[in-house]
Amino acid sequence: MPAVSKGDGMRGLAVFISDIRNCKSKEAEIKRINKELANIRSKFKGDKALDGYSKKKYVCKLLFIFLLGHDIDFGHMEAVNLLSSNKYTEKQIGYLFISVLVNSNSELIRLINNAIKNDLSSRNPTFMCLALHCIANVGSREMAEAFAGEIPRILVAGDTMDSVKQSAALCLLRLYRTSPDLVLMGEWTSRVVHLLNDQHMGVVTAAISLITCLSQKNPEEFKTCVSLAVSRLSRIVSSASTDLQDYTYYFVPAPWLSCKLLRLLQCYPPPEDGAVKGRLVECLETILNKAQEPPKSKKVQHSNAKNAILFEAIALIIHYDSEPNLLVRACNQLGQFLQHRETNLRYLALESMCTLASSEFSHEAVKTHIETVINALKTERDVSVRQRAADLLYAMCDRSNAKQIVAEMLSYLETADYSIREEMVLKVAILAEKYAVDYSWYVDTILNLIRIAGDYVSEEVWYRVIQIVINRDDVQGYAAKTVFEALQAPACHENMVKVGGYILGEFGNLIAGDPRSSPLVQFNLLHSKFHLCSVPTRALLLSAYIKFINLFPETKPTIQEVLRCDSQIRNSDVELQQRAVEYLKLSSIASTDVLATVLEEMPPFPERESSILAKLKKKKGPGAVSGNELEEGKREGGELNGAGERPGDSSAIGASNASTPSPSADLLGLRSAAPVSAAPPSAGSLLVDVFSEAGPAAPAAGANDDGFLSSAPPSVVSEDPAPPLPESDELLNKFVCKNNGVLFENQLLQIGVKSEYRQNLGRMYLFYGNKTSVQFVNFTTTVSCPGELQSQLNVQLKPVDPLVEGGAQVQQVINIECLTVFSDAPLLNIKFRYGGALQNLTLKLPVAINKFFQPTEMSSHDFFQRWKQLSQPQQEAQKIFKANHAMDTEVLKAKLLGLGTALLEKVDPNPDNFVCAGVIQTKAQQVGCLLRLEPNAQAQPGEQMYRLTLRSSKDTVAKRLCELLAEQF
Amino acid sequence: MIGGLFIYNHKGEVLISRVYRDDIGRNAVDAFRVNVIHARQQVRSPVTNIARTSFFHVKRSNIWLAAVTKQNVNAAMVFEFLYKMCDVMAAYFGKISEENIKNNFVLIYELLDEILDFGYPQNSETGALKTFITQQGIKGQTKEEQSQITSQVTGQIGWRREGIKYRRNELFLDVLESVNLLMSPQGQVLSAHVSGRVVMKSYLSGMPECKFGMNDKIVIDKQGKGGAGDDAGKSGKQSIAIDDCTFHQCVRLSKFDSERSISFIPPDGEYELMRYRTTKDIILPFRVIPLVREVGRTKLEVKVVIKSNFKPSLLAQKIEVRIPTPLNTSGVQVICMKGKAKYKASENAIVWKIKRMAGMKESQISAEIELLPTNDKKKWARPPISMNFEVPFAPSGLKVRYLKVFESKLNYSDHDVIKWVRYIGRSGIYETRC
Repeated sequence: MPAVSKGDGMRGLAVFISDIRNCKSKEAEIKRINKELANIRSKFKGDKALDGYSKKKYVCKLLFIFLLGHDIDFGHMEAVNLLSSNKYTEKQIGYLFISVLVNSNSELIRLINNAIKNDLSSRNPTFMCLALHCIANVGSREMAEAFAGEIPRILVAGDTMDSVKQSAALCLLRLYRTSPDLVLMGEWTSRVVHLLNDQHMGVVTAAISLITCLSQKNPEEFKTCVSLAVSRLSRIVSSASTDLQDYTYYFVPAPWLSCKLLRLLQCYPPPEDGAVKGRLVECLETILNKAQEPPKSKKVQHSNAKNAILFEAIALIIHYDSEPNLLVRACNQLGQFLQHRETNLRYLALESMCTLASSEFSHEAVKTHIETVINALKTERDVSVRQRAADLLYAMCDRSNAKQIVAEMLSYLETADYSIREEMVLKVAILAEKYAVDYSWYVDTILNLIRIAGDYVSEEVWYRVIQIVINRDDVQGYAAKTVFEALQAPACHENMVKVGGYILGEFGNLIAGDPRSSPLVQFNLLHSKFHLCSVPTRALLLSAYIKFINLFPETKPTIQEVLRCDSQIRNSDVELQQRAVEYLKLSSIASTDVLATVLEEMPPFPERESSILAKLKKKKGPGAVSGNELEEGKREGGELNGAGERPGDSSAIGASNASTPSPSADLLGLRSAAPVSAAPPSAGSLLVDVFSEAGPAAPAAGANDDGFLSSAPPSVVSEDPAPPLPESDELLNKFVCKNNGVLFENQLLQIGVKSEYRQNLGRMYLFYGNKTSVQFVNFTTTVSCPGELQSQLNVQLKPVDPLVEGGAQVQQVINIECLTVFSDAPLLNIKFRYGGALQNLTLKLPVAINKFFQPTEMSSHDFFQRWKQLSQPQQEAQKIFKANHAMDTEVLKAKLLGLGTALLEKVDPNPDNFVCAGVIQTKAQQVGCLLRLEPNAQAQPGEQMYRLTLRSSKDTVAKRLCELLAEQF
Repeated sequence: MIGGLFIYNHKGEVLISRVYRDDIGRNAVDAFRVNVIHARQQVRSPVTNIARTSFFHVKRSNIWLAAVTKQNVNAAMVFEFLYKMCDVMAAYFGKISEENIKNNFVLIYELLDEILDFGYPQNSETGALKTFITQQGIKGQTKEEQSQITSQVTGQIGWRREGIKYRRNELFLDVLESVNLLMSPQGQVLSAHVSGRVVMKSYLSGMPECKFGMNDKIVIDKQGKGGAGDDAGKSGKQSIAIDDCTFHQCVRLSKFDSERSISFIPPDGEYELMRYRTTKDIILPFRVIPLVREVGRTKLEVKVVIKSNFKPSLLAQKIEVRIPTPLNTSGVQVICMKGKAKYKASENAIVWKIKRMAGMKESQISAEIELLPTNDKKKWARPPISMNFEVPFAPSGLKVRYLKVFESKLNYSDHDVIKWVRYIGRSGIYETRC
């Protein structure tokens, strides 16, 4: 370092700072600063040139004032001047000022860049390092643009000093992270890999961070680093603790470097070369062996460094997942840590074990620690460790220990922290369902769950228990009995009342024989809870009552009395009132036969769903029903829907909306339906997390579970593309009149669409956004054209990056060519792994025939002439339908323009009508098309109707367009 | 009601802490320090709500007084109390400073016990307090003296004790006004008002009954209607319209309400008889005419003329004109004919001081301000030019018409009392935009 000429300490600065410190009040401080600023301004005014020392001093003062929180709007120029000084301290202060107070002033940036360039090309290592640090600290795009080419050269040049190389590697890493597109790969990349062989450990440590980052993006290019890293690692691991001198930290040789090497290796699959692999396994074994050795020092730093390497090694072993021997050893090692005194170690051990549990080789080994883990759950003082213990229990659960684990979790739930209760509840619910061997156990577990932690039981959990009870004949009686008993508790949770109401309403007859649970007793029991419940629960109970009338005619007078009383029939809540009125009428008017049909027992779920699927296709209600309403509506509306009562009322629409045609009509289906509708369920991300993990596994278990959940085919998990989501049709409709928007969104993934069309060609950009903080791996997408669509449409998919980082967005381009007229939409299948679980989802690509419209302008005369020419019945398609949205002329116009046709003004004699004309461009032919939309606005709101007429030279086109358009208005 | 009262020094250390109610805990002390005294941004509002607790604070030099409550109290009452508290402390030991508070903390606790009871304000009249809270040691008080204190504190006239005797009966009356103004650069009055106080010092024997009269418009008009017609026109011009006023507790409000006459039995010593505010027909003692010219990016020329606008025989004093300078000022040259002018960098202003100035005169200052070019595009906000002064008349036009003293029991009459009247007009916020 060059000698400092004029005293390191700047007296003026020291005096100023102590003045500020001595200020008694804020006002005094501001006064002092104002005075100093005025002084500096008068000095900088430029009457006489300042020497380097005073410049440095004043810039330092400005920096100090800035750091105190005041605005500095001058002095930049002086700071830039300092950069060109030859004295280290002056240059350093200049760089400091620049890195702290950058602004994107163009002329200054040019000057700064110039100064940096000079320093980079100087042979002085200190100056080079200063410049590199400045670039890294600022790290802006402008910096990257200016120096992205230069730094790799410095990094790999033979004559660069070690310290400079170190700085250059880290600087490049920073630039790569901020603007990866500007750091171009080149011939330097191969030479960077060889830095792993550098003599200087510091350089290796710096380079490996860079290589790890680069290799995550371009794994192929850096493949050679694996063998180098392995050899480096083996050299470090086998070295005695004294070999590495400066890089030995409390008797552990180069711990940071070892960790980084192990982390780099985690980016790659196990090495194929036998020798390399052997050497690596040897290394890992040595690391595991070392963990068993007695510690060389009692200091905490020693054990921390040692354990850091050990945990990285275990992470690598888990990543490879191919060495059973190592896995089991790792598991045993972690098992030792489970009882360690150090809380952090226990936490880390539990966390690593969670991942180990998912490996088939070590699952059994993990299971041996169940007692310890349960103990940890119960006695651990730190809540985060308890949470990890719960996670691990969840991960290690299988059929053999499910009962034990669920029982433990349930008993823990009573005392669990509020923060993790909800998650625990979900875990218990999932495990109970996944590994249930007999249903009475399942029912008991869930009811217990509701009893213990009712507030944390989300809707889905009790929906599920009802679905299972309905689908399984053999548990119904038991369930009714259990629920009846549970309801007898003086205070029971509202969710319990819901389950009770539903099950007794359906299957109360199964226990009615017993005089202790006679119909009236059942009814009185339910009604005793009625007044304490919220509106949705009351609504459910009313439905249960009407079911009672059917099940037990003797209760009819009592129930009618209840329905007739003012608090029901004149209830201020519309829903309750309507139910009371309708049910009362129904019970008094309808004959027993009709009642029996209307209030028949609920059919098993899948059948019902499929029948509603048809309904869904016919009428697509507005998707703006909120999540809760929707699900409640599903439950209630579904009941009535089966009987064909109350057509068109909101809950019926809700039902058809929410019902999921995806054959696994269970939690999963509900999950995928809910996020698309407007309001996400209150459970939050936690819940999704759990469900998305459990989702694929649950039906799989069901499949081999001798018919439990027999209705759920295992197709959801299989690698085959999942059937398209039920909403995809609806989603498609959203895009008939627009080209950009959000195609799909759930808790994990958001897919945005941008598309453009010209003639018969189209290009679509899909943006996949990872909404979680965890990366998606094996991200693949395929497009398929089912049936005859293959010959009608040519779709090409550009490849997409298989790795989607948490919070990142990737783009995919799809080229579309329309060969001839088509009516279906191509299917887009997306598969990826999220936290180990395979996600599989299929959507319809928003491509419809109207996208290839070419607008045609024509006069009134021409239009009607053509209109008449296309007068054959098969050339015309007409539809009269109710308005879904308000009749706003501007909105209608925008929609018709979005369709792709030309909107012809002053053509139709009636100014309220809209006429459009266009030509559909396909490779094979051109199809002319005329459209006429006649709104009937005079009718009552809600009764407004449209008549839509389409005439086209090709009959299928007119029909298809008519279908598409009818949903839009 | 007030739950507690804390006094802090500038560092936020608690000097005095008195809690009156259980709902205020020790943590309230810290909450105020952390959220107000040590707040990152300066807290401007005198009322701060922290965790359902309200803190009302006033600041005297470097000392913070904070009243704390959890209830929904009348904020005006709390502030009135805090101001009163300051007055009482000032009357006992002079300036409120950390030093003085530390030296008198026993006395302050004694005062706090007396003037607040379970959070309800009690008698806070200095004169009355001084009779039983003294700074000297306990004097051997006789039974009669003690019973006298009791009867006085609990009696109807709590602010004056009986048996006061002076050889010379004297009375000083000060009308103190502060005039506030905001004027546009063109000389248009944007807002102006005068807030005034009538402060008295009375050294009178016995229990005198006083009557105070001034040129209140309502009173004058009433008399004008009743009296001669030609008198009305003249008095109408001289009378003033008072927008609102408040009185010392000794004034009989019922009499003021019915007859609009101010009659009272005065406390002994110094006190503030009334406060008032007027907004109409204000005499503005000075007019400021600014002229600011920007010459290029690096120079600014400022010329300010002040004109005095009152009788030439009167003399204004302590005149100070404060001309703000831009934030990037690097040098200032000032030329002025009268007084002294200086650029004060720490305040970002040119301060021009004139000791004395007669009425109907004018004086001017011109300054050249050099600016440092900055890369900041922000324009200078041009804060207004402000002014301070003191003039020997009341800018509101208020005149004392009479102050009569009646004492029936003792043998002195109105003519025997020596009365002094003085008018002082000061500047409040007296600003002219430039």
